[in-house]
Amino acid sequence: MSEPILTVDGLSVSFRSPQGVVQAVRGISFTVGREKVGIVGESGSGKSMTGRAILKLTPPSAQVSARVLRFRDIDLAKADERAMRAIRGDRIGMILQDPKFALNPVQTVGRQIAEAFRIHRSASGAEAKDRTLAMLEAVKIRNPRRVFDLYPHEVSGGMGQRIMIAMMLIPEPDLLIADEPTSALDVTVRLSVLRILDELVSDRGLGLIFISHDLNLVATFCDRVLIMYAGRIVESLPAIELHRAQHPYTRGLLESLPRINERRERLPVLTRDPAWLTA
Amino acid sequence: MSGPVICVRDLRVSFGRGASLIHAVDGVSFDVAEGEVFGLVGESGCGKSTILRAISGLNTEWTGSATIAGRPVAHRRDPTMARIVQMVFQDPYGSLHPKHTVETALMEPIRIHGLDSGARRIDRVLTEVGLSPAFRYRYPHQLSGGQRQRVAIARALILEPRVLLLDEPTSALDVSVQAEILNLLSDIKRMEKLTYVLVSHDFGVIAHMCDRVAVMNHGMMLEELTVEDLMEGRMRHDYTRDLYEASAGYSRRLQTRADEADAAA
Repeated sequence: MSEPILTVDGLSVSFRSPQGVVQAVRGISFTVGREKVGIVGESGSGKSMTGRAILKLTPPSAQVSARVLRFRDIDLAKADERAMRAIRGDRIGMILQDPKFALNPVQTVGRQIAEAFRIHRSASGAEAKDRTLAMLEAVKIRNPRRVFDLYPHEVSGGMGQRIMIAMMLIPEPDLLIADEPTSALDVTVRLSVLRILDELVSDRGLGLIFISHDLNLVATFCDRVLIMYAGRIVESLPAIELHRAQHPYTRGLLESLPRINERRERLPVLTRDPAWLTA
Repeated sequence: MSGPVICVRDLRVSFGRGASLIHAVDGVSFDVAEGEVFGLVGESGCGKSTILRAISGLNTEWTGSATIAGRPVAHRRDPTMARIVQMVFQDPYGSLHPKHTVETALMEPIRIHGLDSGARRIDRVLTEVGLSPAFRYRYPHQLSGGQRQRVAIARALILEPRVLLLDEPTSALDVSVQAEILNLLSDIKRMEKLTYVLVSHDFGVIAHMCDRVAVMNHGMMLEELTVEDLMEGRMRHDYTRDLYEASAGYSRRLQTRADEADAAA
């Protein structure tokens, strides 16, 4: 593969608490090229904190350290807040779970997308509007002119998430971090949003980090999967080989999923081995 | 046993009036036999939870007829019905009072219904849902998501109902915890000889738990399937097939009707 877009080596995130130091992410390493990398794990596994640490969006109380945190030719570990502001949105975009909370409720959809463009590119209002309409079309919104003037509460969840994708892609970033982007959506809408994301990512040659709790979805959507448990990457494998996973945690998760084509008397319950914390 | 435990005929629930009138449930009929697990599946807004809220008595504004264990569901709060039907909600954070201990939460139904030996009943249901009796002194924030859902199930069981209405009981939980709760629900059903109505958007959960399932869309029942038909993909409606295929994960080939519908909005 060509030069990776993102290189992460030994990333740790910890929090001080009255009970002592809590390690949310424990020295994980991975790279992302022009591909879809899934990060799967249960709540508290550190998957979202990993996504946030890349953009330096961790809470102020968090201690972040890494041997290497490099995006293209930029050393993110050394970048200050001012440098990060130029990277966020422009070079690395982020999509969150619920568009209802990520969009400004008192501004029209079109104005928000155009703003995302004008902050990062010096463009006239007219040019930004044209680009916005083109971008709304690219995310398969049939009537861009009408949607441009709508407020976030006037659009459906699926359309809201497509608007978020449009907003994140309009500055043409190299890397997109999507944290549970379709978890709030109904299954059929989820598929259409994923298809748009899939097309745009491959057409534009982006790297995508897809954070999710849904094993089936990641296995079918991504190229590669990293499985996180208690702040560590316990296993990393090509998505199509997920069913051949070796680690007992990954196996346990796969086993505990109810299946549509097989009825079992009881679902196997995951027994957590303390050794997974150190292995 | 003779006759269905739950019998619903032409149930209609609507919200709003005039131009903004919405038929959330639009003429739904179904029967559930004793000891059966009946599933309701569909996407958000299809009316599946609204059906549960009507037959549990939480929503009293509906038309049609519904009987549970031979007793007509009333259009007002009915304490006798509470001893026959109980409900478990999706979000255990929202369904337990944050400032009440587990004991207070479990004691309330006992007090309302004037039952005796409350402490013994609480010990019994806590053990039944796999929690030690010491949990009675905990507050909801001192419990994990799975433990909280166990308490919510204990609260539903304390009046020894015959029917449990389960509204997405595991969709807020991690998959490993979901497996524990689904196993628990299967165990309780067998021990207490309960009848379940299970609402879910997850075909995996439906196939694992249910005997029969009704697929809902826009307030109506599209079709009813046995679990065998569902597992082998024998469905009549394209919409059911869309949901079924979508539940298997992402595929570039899949072209759903929702694409067109959503794009046209």
